[in-house]
Amino acid sequence: MTGKAVGAAANIADTAAAFDGRIEGQRLMRDWYKALEEAPARGQHVANVFVMGNAVEILRAFDFQLVFPEINSLQTGVRKTSEEYLRLSEDYGMSPDVCSYVKADVGLILKEHEHPAGRIPRAHIAIASNMCSTFIKWAEIWERLLKTPTFVLDLPGQRAGNWRVRPGDAQHAADARWVEAQFQDLIHRCEAITGKRFDLDRLAEVEDRVNKMVAHWNNVMALNRVCPAPYNAMLDGLTYIGIMNVYRGTPEGVAFMRNLEAQLKTKVARGEGRVAEERYRLLFSGTPCYVSMRRLVELFETWGGVFAYSDYLTFAAGGMDAGDLAYDTSRPLESLAEVTALAAQRGLSNQFFAHERLAQQIRDYAVDGIVFHGIKSCRFVSSGMADTRDYLNKRLKMPSLYIESDLIDPRYWSDAQIKNRVDAFFETLRQSGGAPPAGKSVPPATGRAA
Amino acid sequence: MKYVAGVDVGSTQTKAVIIDENKTIVGRALLDMETSMVTVAQDAFKEALGNAKIAEDDVLYVVGTGYGRYNVTFGNEQVTEISCHARGAVALFPGTRTVIDIGGQDTKAIRVKDDGQVGDFTMNDKCAAGTGRFLGAASYALEMPLSELGPLALKSQNPVRITTTCTVFAESEIISHLAKGLLPEDVLMGVHKAITSRCVSLARRVGIEPEVTFTGGVSRNVAIVKLLGEAAATKINVSPDAHFCGALGAALFSHDRAFGSQHRQAAA
Repeated sequence: MTGKAVGAAANIADTAAAFDGRIEGQRLMRDWYKALEEAPARGQHVANVFVMGNAVEILRAFDFQLVFPEINSLQTGVRKTSEEYLRLSEDYGMSPDVCSYVKADVGLILKEHEHPAGRIPRAHIAIASNMCSTFIKWAEIWERLLKTPTFVLDLPGQRAGNWRVRPGDAQHAADARWVEAQFQDLIHRCEAITGKRFDLDRLAEVEDRVNKMVAHWNNVMALNRVCPAPYNAMLDGLTYIGIMNVYRGTPEGVAFMRNLEAQLKTKVARGEGRVAEERYRLLFSGTPCYVSMRRLVELFETWGGVFAYSDYLTFAAGGMDAGDLAYDTSRPLESLAEVTALAAQRGLSNQFFAHERLAQQIRDYAVDGIVFHGIKSCRFVSSGMADTRDYLNKRLKMPSLYIESDLIDPRYWSDAQIKNRVDAFFETLRQSGGAPPAGKSVPPATGRAA
Repeated sequence: MKYVAGVDVGSTQTKAVIIDENKTIVGRALLDMETSMVTVAQDAFKEALGNAKIAEDDVLYVVGTGYGRYNVTFGNEQVTEISCHARGAVALFPGTRTVIDIGGQDTKAIRVKDDGQVGDFTMNDKCAAGTGRFLGAASYALEMPLSELGPLALKSQNPVRITTTCTVFAESEIISHLAKGLLPEDVLMGVHKAITSRCVSLARRVGIEPEVTFTGGVSRNVAIVKLLGEAAATKINVSPDAHFCGALGAALFSHDRAFGSQHRQAAA
């Protein structure tokens, strides 16, 4: 390598080292909320979308300002204000059993769209889909309370156990045609709302950026196969996935993911892990408890346990399963339909047939244990966990822990109970031949051996 | 002779056990949670010292366990009650493969591996149904001491079905049945069956393998022991020291720390 090349490499390494994915991610989220607040003043049209099955690429081609109600709700949890929104919706008459994301959003409507991160604009259209049964009912609430027009995508799911559509087969072609026809309808609706003509080249540009983001994203996921893991999938990873969703198909999103990959590669090259001493590698299965995630991670990291991977980072990253789902930008609309049909299948299948997928991820990330997190207000993502846990325990002898709280409802977080389970889990791992505990002892009383 | 101790600070009672170098129990204490956790932990430890007729300086190591384990401020280490109950149960019954522990607010099922280590565990979540607190509700509604509930329930000929899973609502359901003139033993048997059903369901999640050892305060209830045996279709081990099992396990962990792994291997 020449001196110039060495200098350039050093600069890249310095730039990568200077980039902090969490800080930059938090900045981007602030900018995004600011953009939401300013959308009406800009005269920009607004669309509500969910993180799975959302046709974001089409909406971006029409310059819609996107609102992610799920992310608004989880942000009330992150900012420790969710209970206020939940109580408002319960006072309004919603049952404690209803999805807490929905309830926080209803609370937001009742608070006249005042969110802790800023005012959320009213949408001109809401895109829902069957990726979660609650999405459709949620969109109905917007229709009734806000008169928001909705567009529901019907995305084909899995027809039977162990049945999978494969790219290019006849069933996939039929599914893609069905999805494309719905996209054509959506395009007409968007043209009517915005007064703009649909531009295929714009769609291709957005897709090209999504392809780049997904490629970086997959590399970022793969970097955590290294020991020590450079980031915690359930703390840092949650910031990353937020950017993956809200900046999907944007230049800012591509830059973030590129810089993130470079930063993490630098960390890996230096052997820097998320914790000072990584003793246990773990996989988190399920949806986070956003209201207490930092605390939960702390409980694990106290024992040197790091979440090297989480399936949440796959199914909630725009509904994209890692791997071969790239858009063919030479035929953008057809390709969007093909990929959406496949992503929907995988997203839905992965919810209900998690056994083999998790078994593979356990091997890929060389984890010592798996943590299942059941959600009190969402049986959709929690059902089947006991079955999967039993399977992995018997098949792979994989130690596992089941804990339960909620997405954002702090009333379901019981610190003593959860700490007890986490501590017992690590004691079990340790008894199984794992590492000794770190700094767990209380100072000894006088006269006794430490 | 030197000694070690385990102190189990639970939700309703605190237990302390002192063992000698040969792992023989030389002192024990059981106190209700009537004062602060820190105070009751100290009191239980002192009472166990008195029971063993030894001085505090003779105790080399103390492990605290139970929900209040961090209140054992004079201890050297904390270990969860899951590990301690498994350890204690295997010490009492070496063939133990399943431990069922029903305490004041917690019910737990622990699968024990062939080497005596914890293989898996499950606990009640967010709800005290199926725990000793459920019996407490019955005791309150019937105005009857806890110790009399089991023997009376066994006299039942026509047990009622308690449908609620909520401990608070169970109390009103019990009162409602009594108001209808149903016999207390039949209502009580319904309560016992409801607890057992929840508990067995929990245990099946980790797999019920013989031998099954029943620990915790509720193990003193003869009706629950009988119903558990019927539901699990196996004999249930219950030691006279079952109530102290968590504290015993904690004392055995203290023994490992104080006397080293040679003693531990010998014990295994």
